[in-house]
Amino acid sequence: MELIQRMLSGEKRACAKLITAVENNPEEAEKILREIHQYTGNAYVIGITGPPGAGKSTLTDKVVKSLINEGKKVGIIAVDPTSPYSGGSILGDRIRMQDLALNPNVFIRSMGTRGQLGGLSKYTKNALKILDAAGYDYIIIETVGVGQSEVDIVKTADTIVMVMVPGLGDDIQSIKAGIMEIGDIFVINKSDLFGADRTATEVNMMLDLSMAMERRPPVVKVTASRSEGIDDLITEINNHQEYLKTSGKLHTRRKNNLKLEIVELIESELRKIVISHVDSENKLELETDKIITKEKNMYEVRDEFLKKIGER
Amino acid sequence: MRPIRVLVAKPGLDGHDRGAKVIARALRDAGMEVIYTGLRQTPEQIVAAAVQEDVDVVGISILSGAHNYLFPRVVELLNEQSVDDVLIIGGGVIPDEDIPLLKEAGIAEIFTPGTTTTQMIEYIKNNLKRTID
Repeated sequence: MELIQRMLSGEKRACAKLITAVENNPEEAEKILREIHQYTGNAYVIGITGPPGAGKSTLTDKVVKSLINEGKKVGIIAVDPTSPYSGGSILGDRIRMQDLALNPNVFIRSMGTRGQLGGLSKYTKNALKILDAAGYDYIIIETVGVGQSEVDIVKTADTIVMVMVPGLGDDIQSIKAGIMEIGDIFVINKSDLFGADRTATEVNMMLDLSMAMERRPPVVKVTASRSEGIDDLITEINNHQEYLKTSGKLHTRRKNNLKLEIVELIESELRKIVISHVDSENKLELETDKIITKEKNMYEVRDEFLKKIGER
Repeated sequence: MRPIRVLVAKPGLDGHDRGAKVIARALRDAGMEVIYTGLRQTPEQIVAAAVQEDVDVVGISILSGAHNYLFPRVVELLNEQSVDDVLIIGGGVIPDEDIPLLKEAGIAEIFTPGTTTTQMIEYIKNNLKRTID
């Protein structure tokens, strides 16, 4: 495919066109991803997540500046929410990254979640693979502003930076399950604000409570808007990367994610078969009526459907 | 059908983006993905964003009076990169006598005060330069 050749040779427009294809057209996506598979797996992926307004975009901007100063090429995927009503969205993360737009070593792409609830869009991973093949050394994925349970980033990134800010709740929030469990590095952003020390202490105490952890995540105080603490964060990102590599965990982590992805791929194909089967000849409608009239129960109907699908 | 992607851009030095935000919001509500890049963008930044985001439409809003330079400059830079599948439209306080020149320079349509958001949305839907299936 000509576009792929152009992307591999570094042309940004080709890269952008390929992302559009893998974001919108599943058949096209499959063709492209089959072809670029051999070029992927070289980029290091950093996930930046945290609540809305925590400063994820500003932090991303500073981290990327620091990485490009070291001579790295960086791709950014910034995800913002899609409206459940209109299907439209305002993708505004670039506002905080204006200086990066013209840098030849940076590529920024905004994506809407398009109905996914895990903090990313369904095709974020596809876009990631394009940027990976295009030769970006680091890829930063900025999630939507998350609440307590949007943890899809864990299946996608190598290092997860959890961005928090002072004043969002007491220490009980920090021992809850979900989002607080996925951080490899915790950033307390807006550390110039009142309460930052307390938030840092609470997160530290929460982290010290867990005995079973193989690696205790560090807590870094940052004021991204003033570029304070960014060097410390970069050091911690490097440390985590080193830890994953030397312990062999990078390989295991990526392999486990790949397994999940394969299962998802199979599931999605199976789902198509199931839907086409139950939809044909109005079967679902008829069987549902039988459940309502108590002629059958749901599990009988399920077993009958499975049996028929299996016979195919 | 995928959503239409629009870059809403504010070039130059004017520091007033309420109009751009109204437009962005209306396009969002019409089901489009709107990339807003913020105030005081250079034409180079706008074009870089348009290319990386692979948008269908670039909508440029300007109130400072510098439209006769900034609008054509955006078109020129897009042409330099052989970007020929993007609909370029403009809006703002643009005197009637400037409009023919801007259209000649490659701006497909200029929307002046009084245009409804519905008119603009219809225009975009009917004039895209590529299919969105």
